Amino acid sequence: MTEPMKIRVTLQGDVADVRVLMAHPMETGQRKDAAGKIVPLHFIQTISAQLNGKTVFNADVSQAVSRNPVFAFKVKGAKTGDKVVITWTDNKGEKRTDETVVRAAGS
Amino acid sequence: MRVALVVGLVAAVPWLQAAAQSVDPTAAEFDKFRAVLEKDNPAELFEAKGEHLWRTPGGPKKASLEKCDLGLGPGMVKGAYAQMPRYFADVDRVMDAEARIVHCMISLQGFSYAELAKAPFSNEVRTPDPVSLVAYVAGQSRGEKLAPGRSHPKELAAYNNGKAVFFYRAGSFDFSCASCHGVDNQRIRTQPLPNFTKPDQALAAVQGWPGYRMTGGVVHSLQWRLNDCFRQQRFPRPEYASETLSALMTYLTVNASGQVYKGPGIKR
Amino acid sequence: MKFTTLAMLAGGTVLLGSCATDSRDPTQVRAEALTMMQRDFKSQGIAGMDRLKEDSVLAACNKYDDNPPPELTAKLEKEQFATIQWPADGKLMGDWKAGERIAQNGQGMAWNDKGGVGGSCYNCHQIGPATTSFGTIGTSLHQFGKKRGYGPEIQRYAYGKIYNSKAYNLCSQMPRFGHVKALTEQQMKDLTALLMDPASPVNQ
Repeated sequence: MTEPMKIRVTLQGDVADVRVLMAHPMETGQRKDAAGKIVPLHFIQTISAQLNGKTVFNADVSQAVSRNPVFAFKVKGAKTGDKVVITWTDNKGEKRTDETVVRAAGS
Repeated sequence: MRVALVVGLVAAVPWLQAAAQSVDPTAAEFDKFRAVLEKDNPAELFEAKGEHLWRTPGGPKKASLEKCDLGLGPGMVKGAYAQMPRYFADVDRVMDAEARIVHCMISLQGFSYAELAKAPFSNEVRTPDPVSLVAYVAGQSRGEKLAPGRSHPKELAAYNNGKAVFFYRAGSFDFSCASCHGVDNQRIRTQPLPNFTKPDQALAAVQGWPGYRMTGGVVHSLQWRLNDCFRQQRFPRPEYASETLSALMTYLTVNASGQVYKGPGIKR
Repeated sequence: MKFTTLAMLAGGTVLLGSCATDSRDPTQVRAEALTMMQRDFKSQGIAGMDRLKEDSVLAACNKYDDNPPPELTAKLEKEQFATIQWPADGKLMGDWKAGERIAQNGQGMAWNDKGGVGGSCYNCHQIGPATTSFGTIGTSLHQFGKKRGYGPEIQRYAYGKIYNSKAYNLCSQMPRFGHVKALTEQQMKDLTALLMDPASPVNQ
């Protein structure tokens, strides 16, 4: 089961500052549980972002990233009312998509 | 359309500058990590989860917590955390936020105390529901001034009892809370120890937990923190959501009252 | 406890025109707080409920805010001194290298431990120069022997203080490692050597 992302967008001029918090265990495959057993690799492999249905990037991600990661990027050419969609997939085939709408600065 | 990736994923960012303040290199690294995460505290993920839990029917009675009274009336969450611990007439005792949430889960949703108290603290694979709920409730007091109850006689008694607990030396090592947190400018190893008897430093006791702990990436509550203090004091184990812990939180929060609460913290 | 007019609103609590007071004296507050703790704490692992009890020392320190009257202090310090069991072989010095490991180890005596483990010394004291992550609750022990001399009386003081700090300073914040069996005789000898062996890095 996946849990929702928290997506925050602040617009400055036509630049949208997008900050995404993702709920994910990001297991490195090296951690041992209380019983001393290795916890299997479980990490986000790809992240993609779309602005109004158009992909603005696809990123490959490694297991060297912290639990519950923060991901931030800026997109030029954004405006109020634009739809931002973020999707991640992990190595177990789980997938999560969340979206938000760009609001005017200060609102 | 042009895209610029500004920050990668936090753990992968190489640090170029050493922090000037911290004594040891590990603490300095954590300080920089914290500075980055303060804006995007992963505790917010748990606040969101807690809000969902608050609104969703659950427990044997299939009820939501939307009728839970945190002191400002049923369902009123905004600002309630900053006014706890406080006296609740329906139970005739002072309760801290987590104790009150547990009370609501029992009385409204039909959970038993025993099942909630069985494994009440977070670990890498599990965050108990009351912890997410307290993160949500705490987040709804972001920016509010701390104003715990201090007018009802039982609130005053809780403060005085909590103060007595704070200064009570016992356990194998003869420690009290005050052994570590009753003097200015002390530290254990490199860990600074705020003096909770002073108003400005007492804020640190309230501000940190509930909060996101970077070690392990889990959210812990103040219930957990005080439990672990008593473990390190070499005391027996305080019962989850007990009156003693509410009294101690009353002492700490009243000492910090009047100051602005910034919401769930970010801790090493 | 004095109650003035109380006005309750449904569910919540609102207090009108009230000035709450707590008429209990400090002894009564402490007694009631202790009763509450005895009800709310549970034994866990090696940490039994007996740990909540005050012995004569803590009773005096708790009652007088760590500053009991001089006569009482002198009497209790003497009693505590008499509890110290000196090594039967008369030797107070062990191996400083083992002592360094014991000083570094902060585990032991908590409910998740099996018993005593380490001395937690660096948690509170500066000791060897190689460790910069030392606490500041206790005084610096760097050059302990070099500053005080390496004689048998200072050895005896070091061992005795580790065994039962309250024999020397009644309300000291330092644990009584020998008295509560958090450290063994050999461990206390090793720590004494860490402080008192002229070859120990502490004394360089």
